[in-house]
Amino acid sequence: MFFLKRAWRFYLPARFFFAVGQLAARKVLPGGRRQGTRLVSWKVNPAGIQPGNVLRVTDPRAGDCLRRGLAILMLVICFGLTGCLRQDPPADVTIINGAEPQTLDPQIITGQADMRIVSGLFEGLMRLDPKTARAVPGMAERYELSPDGKVYTFHLRTNLVWSTGEPITAEDFVFSWHRALSPDLASEYAGQLYYIKNGEAYNTGKLKDPDQIGVQAVDDHTLRVELEHPTAFFIDLCAFSTLYLVPRQAVEKYGDSWIRLRPLPSCGAFELVAWRLNDKARLRKNPRYWDAANTRSEIIDLLPIASATTALNLYEQGRADIVWDKNLVPSELLDVLIHRPDFHTFDYLGTMFLRFNASRKPFDDPRVRRALGMAIDRQRIVAKITKSGETATSGLVPPGVANYDPVKGLEYNPDAARKLLAEAGYPGGKGFPRFIDLVYGSKLYVDTGVEIQQMWHDTLGIDMELHPLEWKVYLGAQAHLEYDVAQASWIGDYNDAMTFLGMFTSEDGNNHTGWKFPAYDRLIDQAGEQTDVRQREQLFQQAETILVRDEAPIVPIYVYKGVNYFRTNEIQGIWQNLLDDHPLQPIYRVRPTH
Amino acid sequence: MYYLRRLLFAIPLLLVISALAFALVRLAPGGPFDNERVPASPEIQRHLLAKYHLDEPMWKQYLRYLGDLAHGDFGVSLKYRDHSINDIIAEGLPVSMTLGGLAFCFALGVGLPLGFFTAANRGRWPDRVGSWLAMLAVCVPGFVIAPVLIMVFAVKWHWLPVALWESPLHMILPTMALGLYFAGQVARLMREGMLSAMQSEFVTAARSKGLGENELLFKHAFRIAVLPVVSYAGPMLADLLTGSFIIENIFQIPGIGVFLVNGSLNRDYTVVVGLSLLYAMLLIGLNLVVDFAYTLLDPRVKYE
Repeated sequence: MFFLKRAWRFYLPARFFFAVGQLAARKVLPGGRRQGTRLVSWKVNPAGIQPGNVLRVTDPRAGDCLRRGLAILMLVICFGLTGCLRQDPPADVTIINGAEPQTLDPQIITGQADMRIVSGLFEGLMRLDPKTARAVPGMAERYELSPDGKVYTFHLRTNLVWSTGEPITAEDFVFSWHRALSPDLASEYAGQLYYIKNGEAYNTGKLKDPDQIGVQAVDDHTLRVELEHPTAFFIDLCAFSTLYLVPRQAVEKYGDSWIRLRPLPSCGAFELVAWRLNDKARLRKNPRYWDAANTRSEIIDLLPIASATTALNLYEQGRADIVWDKNLVPSELLDVLIHRPDFHTFDYLGTMFLRFNASRKPFDDPRVRRALGMAIDRQRIVAKITKSGETATSGLVPPGVANYDPVKGLEYNPDAARKLLAEAGYPGGKGFPRFIDLVYGSKLYVDTGVEIQQMWHDTLGIDMELHPLEWKVYLGAQAHLEYDVAQASWIGDYNDAMTFLGMFTSEDGNNHTGWKFPAYDRLIDQAGEQTDVRQREQLFQQAETILVRDEAPIVPIYVYKGVNYFRTNEIQGIWQNLLDDHPLQPIYRVRPTH
Repeated sequence: MYYLRRLLFAIPLLLVISALAFALVRLAPGGPFDNERVPASPEIQRHLLAKYHLDEPMWKQYLRYLGDLAHGDFGVSLKYRDHSINDIIAEGLPVSMTLGGLAFCFALGVGLPLGFFTAANRGRWPDRVGSWLAMLAVCVPGFVIAPVLIMVFAVKWHWLPVALWESPLHMILPTMALGLYFAGQVARLMREGMLSAMQSEFVTAARSKGLGENELLFKHAFRIAVLPVVSYAGPMLADLLTGSFIIENIFQIPGIGVFLVNGSLNRDYTVVVGLSLLYAMLLIGLNLVVDFAYTLLDPRVKYE
């Protein structure tokens, strides 16, 4: 019966298109019946027309063949059409999520869009509070920290099960973290587990036995984690996707392709109904989630849309309820849209800055770098170019980071800049080599580059060229230090100053400046092991002062603003926070869909 | 026999294409795993490259790829690690083919009558208006046409949806946006073809034998005039069926065109090579179909 119904639904449109196709073929192609119709006229000598004296130069069957071909093509397309279309029932909430997720495997993902879906499907020992984005107990009910700050004991909840019914034990966490660190998985974010004892050694292959990693199941519901050093933000990391729980049985059975398993075992507030490339990911409430009582929506759709205009159009037409990525606001309309009540801006844990290549002349001289830094009028850049209320900043760590009061770096001071440049041997910019600023070829980067180019020219009398590059080329040039100056940005992974300051130590892979400063490294190391919050802050402040004021291998420009849009009278359960993190669980629609 | 030979000849051609695509995409600076954030240890990068055999010499990688290809396996995407190229093609190609097929019908359905009509009225105002429209369709690129269509039909009048791929209504705007350029091309080819056909000797001969004007136009001139359109239709269909990055991006259509462009931006080697091969196969296949159609249309053409 179902089949008949389905076939009937396909038959009618197919028959319609078939008829249209035949009609069209008859009108356009030769060999059809067209008696009595006079479509066009042509000047002809009337004497030439002799009825019955027709010369057949063509084979009439050819026309039939084409006609039939066209009709069959139509039919094929009709079936193709009806085959491709899937009429899903409407979702409670539809969210435009940004780029297509690379994968949904929590231990492999690196992008924010991916994490926003995955955090609905999986969970770690901790989860993020939707209002503040600070870590609160997730699968662990509570934890204890040893007096030396190195051993955490987590007590798991007793009502934990996978959406497919298997119970969850502490042993599953051990398995998951071993997997995240295994060299075979080659997770790009494995570094998030290097704070665990022997984590780095195992990941880099120095240690072969995973049982020596500092994570053990004491019993079914108790997990003991030993760290290399006391780590202030380890609890925040426990809410990060690389440390999420993955379904042991499925991973053991299917290896890396476990994520293609349907139904996919999930331990988060939602389970996966469908995931189609460039189409949508559909999530349904997981009734077996430990906190299912507080899951507010039954079905949530997340659409992967990369075009800002399309996102805005769908939102305006009521097809989408929430758009939560700053890149999904059309930049041409940003300054207008930003004033609408359904557009929400908030402070965000990301900084845009300039990198100098300290391994090249003349940028190996800190005086030159500082002079260039002091010649940048940041207010002008945030007022004229970025336009969504960004805060100009001279420090790298954005304001609002937990337990940290940011320091000031080099403020705008043209006179001091000129003096410093003269001291460095380039009075009035004389003798300063022409150099190159690398930018990623996006409008925002290029516009900012042009502005800085002009400022340096006007204030210091030095000239630079802008080189807008394709993304991977731009990244490669920075990584291999093949540049003079480059624009860059950094988004914090967790709410702590370490995520910003740690990357400029001499050996960090993200340094990319060629700047090596042992005193800075020492301060960061000390801060990393310091358990006292106040002393830790002071160490970080000393380090940041070196970074943005004394040595200036980088010059911070502004702190990002996050933007998302949704109508607060229709959608509730989203709060603005520093990490721009919005768990799916509390989101719901106030009014039913009309 | 002739077609069989052509098909056999396509195999070395595909090998050359795959080798070129394989080498060129690897020569581009940057790799699939060069991201803004460098992993905490260079070892991770090394393991990642080893996992996908990207640390081997290129000839070895290529042989490995050919070996997989012989089993019908295009490999795994390096960016979308859960998806094989076969999955991407299986999910995206039917959608792109549907859209492309519709746009193809649209291009022929609009272009052929328009070209025919303008040629039949050559020199008079319908010809001028029609030719101007065809020219406009050829000149204005898709990324201009698509937003204008959305603006008018979806945003202003609310007749059609702005984007997505859910019902037949969702297909109208992308079909038009994708097909208009080709419709213009077809109209122009058709018009030129008609004009030259009307001047050829067999038409004069037919006319002198007293053939009716309609019959002359439709039955005799049309068949010769449509030949340039037919030879254009092969590559056009291949182009349309493999999807369009711009249209799929603007209308958020889950087709395959997006993957080819994003694949090269992401240095997703396997995607680029796999989709290039797919495109080449379609082009070769459809050109074969075009040559076959020639034998049906033009009695003078015969392949040995």
